[in-house]
Amino acid sequence: MTNHWVDIRNANLILSMGGNSAEAHPVGFRWVMEAKYRNNAKLVTVDPRFTRTGAVADFTAEIRTGTDIIFLGGLISHLIETDQIQHEYVRNYTDAALIVREDFGFHDGLFTGFEPVTGTYDKDTWHYEINDEGFARRDDTLQHPRCVYQLMRKHYSRYTLDMVETVCGMPRHKIQRIWDMVAETAVPGQTMTILYALGWTQHSIGSQIIRAAAMVQLLLGNMGMVGGGVNALRGHSNIQGLTDLGLLSNLLPGYMSLAQAEEQDYREYIEKRTREPLLPDEVSYWRHYERFHVSLMKAWFGDAATEANNWCYDWLPKLSEPLYDVLHTFHRMHNGEINGYFCQGFNPLASFPHKAKITESLSKLKYLVVMDPLATETSEFWKNYGEYNPVNPEEIQTEVFSLPTTCFAEEDGAIVNSARWLQWHWAAAPPPGEARPDVEIMAGLFHRLQYMYREEGGAFPDPILNLTWYYRQPAFPGPSELAREYNGWALRDVYDENRNLVCRAGEQLPDFGALRDDGSTSCGCWIFSGSWTEEGNQMARRDNSDPYGIGMTLGWAWAWPVNRRILYNRASARPDGTPWTREKALIWWNGTRWVGADIPDFPKQSPPSAGLGPFIMNQTGRGQLFARDRMAEGPFPEHYEPFESPIGMNPLNPDNPLAKNNPAARVFEEDRENFATFEEFPHAATTYRLTEHFHFWTTHALLNAIMQPEKFVEIGTGLAEELGIERGDRVRVVSKRGHVDAVAVVTKRIRTLQVAGKTVHQVGIPLHWGFKGVAKKAHLTNELTPFVGDANTQTPEFKSFLVRVEKL
Amino acid sequence: MTLRVTRRQFFKLGAAGMATSSMAMMGFAPEPAVASVRHFKLTGAKITRNNCTYCSVGCGLLLYSRGDESINNVDDIYHVEGDPDHPVSRGSLCPKGAGILDFIKSRSRLSHPMVREPGSSEWKRISWDEALDRIARHMKNDRDENFVTQDENGNTVNHWLTAGFLAASASSNETGYLTHKVVRSLGMLAFDNQARV
Ligand code: SF4
Repeated sequence: MTNHWVDIRNANLILSMGGNSAEAHPVGFRWVMEAKYRNNAKLVTVDPRFTRTGAVADFTAEIRTGTDIIFLGGLISHLIETDQIQHEYVRNYTDAALIVREDFGFHDGLFTGFEPVTGTYDKDTWHYEINDEGFARRDDTLQHPRCVYQLMRKHYSRYTLDMVETVCGMPRHKIQRIWDMVAETAVPGQTMTILYALGWTQHSIGSQIIRAAAMVQLLLGNMGMVGGGVNALRGHSNIQGLTDLGLLSNLLPGYMSLAQAEEQDYREYIEKRTREPLLPDEVSYWRHYERFHVSLMKAWFGDAATEANNWCYDWLPKLSEPLYDVLHTFHRMHNGEINGYFCQGFNPLASFPHKAKITESLSKLKYLVVMDPLATETSEFWKNYGEYNPVNPEEIQTEVFSLPTTCFAEEDGAIVNSARWLQWHWAAAPPPGEARPDVEIMAGLFHRLQYMYREEGGAFPDPILNLTWYYRQPAFPGPSELAREYNGWALRDVYDENRNLVCRAGEQLPDFGALRDDGSTSCGCWIFSGSWTEEGNQMARRDNSDPYGIGMTLGWAWAWPVNRRILYNRASARPDGTPWTREKALIWWNGTRWVGADIPDFPKQSPPSAGLGPFIMNQTGRGQLFARDRMAEGPFPEHYEPFESPIGMNPLNPDNPLAKNNPAARVFEEDRENFATFEEFPHAATTYRLTEHFHFWTTHALLNAIMQPEKFVEIGTGLAEELGIERGDRVRVVSKRGHVDAVAVVTKRIRTLQVAGKTVHQVGIPLHWGFKGVAKKAHLTNELTPFVGDANTQTPEFKSFLVRVEKL
Repeated sequence: MTLRVTRRQFFKLGAAGMATSSMAMMGFAPEPAVASVRHFKLTGAKITRNNCTYCSVGCGLLLYSRGDESINNVDDIYHVEGDPDHPVSRGSLCPKGAGILDFIKSRSRLSHPMVREPGSSEWKRISWDEALDRIARHMKNDRDENFVTQDENGNTVNHWLTAGFLAASASSNETGYLTHKVVRSLGMLAFDNQARV
């Protein structure tokens, strides 16, 4: 979240799209209700189904799954053409005025630079025109035909009301009504917050949907504002923390990235990531990349990391592929290229698309290690559970280890909620039997390996032999020791540029401002620096006072970065440093520095007259309406159909087959064969979760199993009539990859849509039930889903695919 | 850290929070009559602060357990409530969080290491040492055999692609941090957490 849970109450309009927070984040959703009660805020939901969020909304609209970019692109056009944007904000705080290269273009559904053979873009043209000083050229009148504003306007002029209606299947009066409600927040003093979740991420165009939302918010002046922002309501309790800590194939902690194989030169690696400002004097905070990186290498490799060996640059693995994401990995596993696999609290058999392929892949492993508090489906993928897992154990040669772990109630530590709050918790009881904390298991494995490498030698032992291990009891690394390590400490006295002492050798760092690139600081995750300082564990703080009365409890826990609760909050004030309006005051310039209810997201003493942009992580200092080369499929979000489309064509670009689906998506050939067409599988399916359930875990919890006892699917009355299905009948839902059987819930909550001249029925398929646990057994929903992901993140397209519903 | 508040104090805290908002209207505030019965059940309980392990709202939990950490006693969690001080959840929990005791004490909780040998249809109980020794040996053999120092273009890559690791996004930062540190030191790249899906 750019903002935070309690701040939702400060919004005037809440747009819930790509998520169903009343159902999936029930307690967080109370702040939506608070906004309605306190602020007379309006709640709008746009969803393929009429959801529990929709049930308390002021206005709801149905949409065909996977068409959110059309809706948002149409909205962008509407805001521009009816002149309902926050002009002063757009001019000063976005890149609208910057001029784009002359050779940049968009034709027939594709941006310049597309290479059809590889399915990738050469992105050179996706850039601003740069002047002799190395800065972007600009036209502050926004009239230049190649300024970002005009290009964006032209791009979305194609997203007409007719087009939105025909692609989304949403009646035009509903579209207009929502657009009008949204446009009202273009004035200072009115803010909209956007809440989304996996309903936006799990598409082959997921990342671009979210970008489109960010563009809307920039045009309306809602970023950095109280009650504004683009708010990802994340799934698991610490999915934010694990993302922040970089547990993703191409990342390092704090959103740093591993080198590609070609990046052999350390200096070039650093320089590429040291983003220099594209406008004069901008902060462009990533310019300090080397400080973060060297401090990480000192944390991991200690004295072994020296300037002479480029801080162990070659000790980190380099990438020969852009990403070794889970789809890529299971594709390789399926080809027999992987021998060993570890699942730490993760149930891929249930969580990954195309279950049959996942089973085949796991069966090709030599060994599988499952560390989990619970007996998961994955740990027993080799066991026959009748129709729900029809395998023959004798044919599966994988050696499987099941290692029992503690759960949250049995260990100390911090988790990061969706609002970036690091909250510390304490163990209440010992774990069952011999179960152990994951850190002890990791320590046990690591020490054995280290011993073997020391005794026997072997492949490249250096990083293993030199990995730092600061823990008093090496076999039992303590959570507080690990937390201190990711906060970081000084290895030598640290001084600022005026030779003032910032931190003494051996002290915990106060924040990432103290990090140095000369090896004098150690820090395991730069954005978490400040969480455990000389003052102690900041994550355990429990002062819930709210001095400004706007829900900013800065003394409760600790938020990254530097305990800031609303990102980009410099934008909450006008260019002259005064709040846009009194009701939305957050931080302001007091004549000598920035002060207010939040930690300023800005150099504390930079006066408004210096004119620096508020988006200090960006090279322009401005919100990027134009993404330049940062996205796989283009600098402006463009609609492409889901890989399984119920209309089989892209009405926006009907004549270019390359522009039907996301042209930059990665599809493996064997999976392409498993994509269906609408002639055979006519119904558009989407998956989701219920209030009573948490993914597959709660199949193991009796209370939850009782509350929602049996697998069901939701179908609209239109489809039910067509197929002669009554409420409570058993149905089979078939995709090209498998089938699930379930009870039919026939409901008006799912409407039949008219899309591009076709009648489209949507089908809702909850996920939860599997073949383990105390809940009633059922087919896993991922029997059905397609093996393709978003072009940037490779997050699977779980929200839009084709099925055929059959009465049993 | 644990704290001891009496039930009376608890309800004062809770009521202060509730009165200022419409939350009590939404049906999660406990009835005083019920509370007075619970008072006895919870007397003497150890209360531990925690957070719900399910979704990313991060609601505050109070875990009530029996036992005083004396040597002949094992702490046992027997009741869970929302933390009234928590600025986001203010004492409330959703149906998942409210039922979390059934997760903590699920019949599916695993209590000892096991192995399933190739082709077998059964688990076999083993010791931690055996499990970790065998796994580490697999890793060592595989890494030594398949570690890539240089790619075909002569680039130093130092990666190990024949093993992969999925980390859990319900585990703590500290677990995640140590896992990352160990996994990368081995040169693994096929490394993700639930954020990928
Ligand atoms: S109690 Fe419910 S809303 Fe709160 S964190 Fe747990 S699952 Fe989320």
